[in-house]
Amino acid sequence: MSSDIHTLSGAYAVDALDDIERAKFERHLSECSTCLAEVDSLREAAAVLADTAFMAPPAALRDRVLAGIETVRPLPPVVSLATERRKRRFPALVAAAAVITLIGAGVAVTQPWQDQTTQVTLTAAERILQAPDAETWTKSPVTGGTIKVTRSRSLNQAVVQAKGLAQLPDDKTYQLWLQHDGEMVTAGLLTDASGATVVLDGDPGTAQATAVSVEPAGGSPKPTNFPIATFEFEQV
Amino acid sequence: MDPLRPEVTGVPSSEGAPAAPDLSELLNLSARGDQAAFALLYDAMATRVYGLAVRVVRDPAQAEEVTQEAFLEIWKMASRYDVARGSAPAWMLTIVHRKAVDRVRSAEAATRRDTTYHSQNQAVDHDTTADAAHASFEARRVRAALHSLTAVQREALELAYFGGYTHTEVATMLDLPVGTAKTRIRDGLIRLRDTMGVGA
Repeated sequence: MSSDIHTLSGAYAVDALDDIERAKFERHLSECSTCLAEVDSLREAAAVLADTAFMAPPAALRDRVLAGIETVRPLPPVVSLATERRKRRFPALVAAAAVITLIGAGVAVTQPWQDQTTQVTLTAAERILQAPDAETWTKSPVTGGTIKVTRSRSLNQAVVQAKGLAQLPDDKTYQLWLQHDGEMVTAGLLTDASGATVVLDGDPGTAQATAVSVEPAGGSPKPTNFPIATFEFEQV
Repeated sequence: MDPLRPEVTGVPSSEGAPAAPDLSELLNLSARGDQAAFALLYDAMATRVYGLAVRVVRDPAQAEEVTQEAFLEIWKMASRYDVARGSAPAWMLTIVHRKAVDRVRSAEAATRRDTTYHSQNQAVDHDTTADAAHASFEARRVRAALHSLTAVQREALELAYFGGYTHTEVATMLDLPVGTAKTRIRDGLIRLRDTMGVGA
């Protein structure tokens, strides 16, 4: 990622990014604590700007606002244990990993102040694992550990659970693939070799196979290595 | 309800500053579903929230809608407020600003942009509520701080924050090379932050 992205912090703090830049910067924020702290401080500065725009709202608005909340339940807090585990176990979450879901890890990869997705994504893997049509395959790569794939065709989702895989050097990562018509399409990264659960990105429901390979850190658009494990889905 | 909760009036006493409610605590109470606490939060923040909404979306009816949406979001998300990351007003105004910007960027944005920024910029009426004295004092401090910015920093920042324009649009409007408006906005915010002594 170019160092230039840091300079977007101000525009981000005042919502002056377009949707694409914003998504890109939020991925960056998940791994750059310097930018996160800067955004927080610049939001304080932006808030003082609002001090020049005081205006009393119509009195009736108060009643509408207070009536409006009566039927709405406040969301539960993000459990801090999950956040702690994320910090400890996934220190170097790469940008491309924003497309995958790390279960039990809080998934606070986006701006936590706007984090509405956490509770939902936490259950994504569970939903797949508990689906009535869940199918499971398990393999043990020769390099060690086990990889278990569970797919639900009705949900069009699959989850990979990896345990005890060989640790990779910093410039390598495990990458997940889905095979469609003989083509391998990236389905996310597996950044924690010791143990991780990753929901695949893409369309596992129609894929012929999924595979795991060792690729350059950050992932590769196409496989550059033979897979350490391939799972052929049975097609009906 | 809760007899231990401090009374918050928002009305300045005759001899000095208004009693400042602890907004973080009110947010914590709101997260637990305390509607009375949320009402106090509304009273403490409504002029800033509505004022910001009006400034960005211009149309009072739409500003009311944005205000209502934003307060609902604040109610729902109160448990996600993290005091370690910033002040309660900044957290709330971040939500309000995002809602307001989303509103002006949606379909009707084109018509809004027929109106020039500067003519509208002067049209904001300051409130006449009890905290007007405090408000105008703060506003004077902020305006003074804004004057420590360079003209282009201030203009870029105001177009982005109050105009709801993207940094690319700001660059075009100010005839800046693409990619430099974002730097002006950031530099302006940093200067404002340091002058006002916030967010340290």
